[in-house]
Order: sequence, then structure tokens, then C-alpha cells
Amino acid sequence: MIHDFGIVWTERALLLSGLANTTILSVLAAIASLLLGFALTPALMSKHLAVSGTARAYVDGMRCVPFLLFAYIVYYGLPSLGIRWDNWTSGLLALIIYNTAYMAEILRGAWVAQPREPIEAGVAFGFSDLKLFRRIILPPLLLSAGPVIGNQTIQIIKDSAFLTIIALPELTHAASSIQSRHYVPFAAFITAVFLYWGLCLVVEAGVNSVGRLAEARR
Amino acid sequence: MATLNKVLDVAGVSKRFGANEVLSDVSLQVDKGETVCVLGPSGSGKSTLLRCINWLERPDAGQIYLNGQRVGVSGAGIAMSDRDLSKIRTRIGMVFQHFALWPHLTVLQNLMEAPVQVQRRPRTQVRDEALALLEKVGLAEKRDAFPSRLSGGQKQRVGIARALAMRPDLLLFDEPTSALDPELVGEVLVVMRELAHEGMTMVIVTHEMGFAREAATRVLFLDRGRNVESGPPEQFFATPETERARQFLQRYAGGTANGKH
Repeated sequence: MIHDFGIVWTERALLLSGLANTTILSVLAAIASLLLGFALTPALMSKHLAVSGTARAYVDGMRCVPFLLFAYIVYYGLPSLGIRWDNWTSGLLALIIYNTAYMAEILRGAWVAQPREPIEAGVAFGFSDLKLFRRIILPPLLLSAGPVIGNQTIQIIKDSAFLTIIALPELTHAASSIQSRHYVPFAAFITAVFLYWGLCLVVEAGVNSVGRLAEARR
Repeated sequence: MATLNKVLDVAGVSKRFGANEVLSDVSLQVDKGETVCVLGPSGSGKSTLLRCINWLERPDAGQIYLNGQRVGVSGAGIAMSDRDLSKIRTRIGMVFQHFALWPHLTVLQNLMEAPVQVQRRPRTQVRDEALALLEKVGLAEKRDAFPSRLSGGQKQRVGIARALAMRPDLLLFDEPTSALDPELVGEVLVVMRELAHEGMTMVIVTHEMGFAREAATRVLFLDRGRNVESGPPEQFFATPETERARQFLQRYAGGTANGKH
């Protein structure tokens, strides 16, 4: 068994590059889906039924499709409609499109739960729309939604493992190649699990520090 | 009265929400240094009147002037630009029933936020003034606390200091003590009384009859969106002219309503 881990150690460069790719994918997807989620939130809350209905259909649709299936559709399905992306583009876009729906729904919930009066006070004190959003609405929104956004980021990290099926060289893909090359499945996969765990701990540490900031302001 | 001294002029303001007419042709002039208390039963349009003054609600008819400048409507008769509206709003301070402090900012930051971000005044100067205001409302030692750590009375005193930090020409109070426990009302009224004595120009929607009686220079009584009666407090409380005002005052004297609705 120790010997198996020794084999994995000799392949550490491959694992670390997988970890790096998983990190890059997850960070890019988390940031992009959070920003797009912000853009989508007003649409979800729109008074125009056509706008809110379309946004709602997208969000509900994404939330009911398994990510693996969605990744298949983007990489293998879209080419039959003439849309052909390489595996990196497909994987990243699949993560972003899928998680934007979750982020928008998280932000909508946090926004609705915000008390009205402090925002109205901002208007009464002369804050213009953009400044009102940036200085008065956004900070408490991020503080209250922080833990849930963190959870979703962990979900993104785990979902990125599915992208191994479109041969994206992320962490699971690296572990998989090591095991098939040397036939050390337990050592290879358990090492990957610990690396995922480490990545999630970093996210949790970030969430906890946001949580402490929020606690003082609640 | 010289028009130069007129800070606020509300001329024939009406407002309806759907089929419900909440304000009907209400007029009100406030001179510099006056404390006008707006009284009336719940749903009489008091808060809506206040919210029309700084354009949080757009009146359907009538005009509002602050120091002679039309609020909400530009010279050409069209809706004011956001920029101009923002400028005029910074001259009208507002104190809210539920305090409406910004929860993510400390007490001191709450005071400094609008003067620095909206009025773009120098930070050091704003900070000095804010610290002096906190001293004045007796909360200097709470400057670095977040609003959630304060009692209701303390929150409202911060709310008043935050409004004063903008150096407003006019202060609006929307039932400032209605959300407070009875034993905390006093500390807020002390601050408001002091402002009245200092000659701050104020319009106060309140159910505190004792405060209105001793601190107001004038009382405005609204009922079902109409200005039913107005005058000096001695006259209004001792010899109200209308039956509606008499009934209203009797109800308060009888103690059936204690300022909470």
C-alpha cells in the first residue's frame, strides 16, 4: 500500500497540474457565475412577466438538470447544432452557465430578505442608483449571502470533477490517468480526495472570515 | 413673514395610491427655526406628506419648494435629473421610524457615509463634525460599535446625528419614537427638544402629544389626508376648532392610544 502511494508521489507533477487546473476552473467559474448572477437577479425580480418568466425558466431548468448531463450536452450535443468548443471552453462555460442560475437564486433570496428602510434611507440621503447599490445595498447583501455563496463554490469545485468525461485535465482526470497507468486506484483516488478536501478548506476559511464580519454587523 | 425665511413651502399637494386618496390638497409653510408637529390618526397621510417633501413619494398634484427651489421638477417643468434631486435631498435630513441605520457600517461610519460619498466633503472635516455630533447626542463612546449592538433609543439618536451630519436646512422626523419601548422614548425626545431650542427647522410626525405641546411652534392636524386644522400648540390643545380634532385629542387624553399603532 505504501508502495502505491510512492508511485503516486512519483506522478506528483501530474496531480499538482490537475489541482491547479481544478482551482483555475473553479475560481473562474465561481467569479463569473457570481457576477452573471448579479446581472440576472434583477431579471428574476422584474415586474415584467416575460422577463421574470424567462429568467425563472432558465434558473429552474438549470437546477433540475444533473451537471454531468449538462456537460455532455454542451460538449457532445452542441456540435450537432454547429456550435463546437474545445474541452476547456466547453467545461468552463458549462460550469458558468449552470452555476449562474444557482448564484442568481441565492442573491435573489438574500436581496428579498434585506430590510427596506436602510435602502430607502440611502435614497433619502441622496445616493444615486449606482452608488446606492455599491455602498448601501451590496455590502450587507454579500455579508448575508456569503456562507451560501461559499457553499455553492464548494459545489462548483466538486462538479468540476465531472469534466473528466470531456478529457479536461483537471484533478480527477489526473488521478484517473495515474491509476490506469500504474493500476493504483486506491492510492490515486484517495490522494485526489484529500486535495479536493484541502481546496474546500480554503473556501471554508474564507466563508468563516466573512461570517465573522457579518456576525458583528447583525 | 418674510419669504426669505421660508424654508419649506408645500402647496396644495395631493397623492393617491390606487383608489385611495391619502393626501388631498395639503399646504404647509415652514419658516426657518420652526418646529412643526404633524398630528393625526393612523392612515391620515402624515408619513406620506413627509415622504413627498423629499420626493420619496411623487405627489400627483401640487408643488414643494425648499428655500424657494422646486423639489422634484426642474425649471422646464420636467422631472428633475437624478443629480439635481440628489443635491436637493442632501439638504433635507430624514429620521426614520425604524432607524434605518446602515447595518454594515459602524456608528461613526454611518454619520460620515453620506457627507463623504454624496456631498463629497473632506473626510477629516466630516469626521470632526461627526464626532462632535455623537458627543452632542451622548454616544461618543459608541462610535466604533455596529448598529446591531445598540438599544432602540441609541439607534434613534444615531439616526438623528446621521441626519444632522449632512448639515441639512430641514429635518424630517417620521414617527421617531413609535418603534421604541416606552422607557427609551425620553432620551430621544431630549435630543429633539434640544434641536428645537437651537432653532433647527423641523417637521415632525409624531404621536407624542406632550412633546408637540411644549416643543412645537405650530401644529398641523391631518385627518383622512386633509389639513383639518393648524395653529399654535397652546390653541390647538386647549381649544381645538374642529370636532375631529376634539375627538382625536380626547382619545389621547383618555390613554386609549399611547403612541403605538
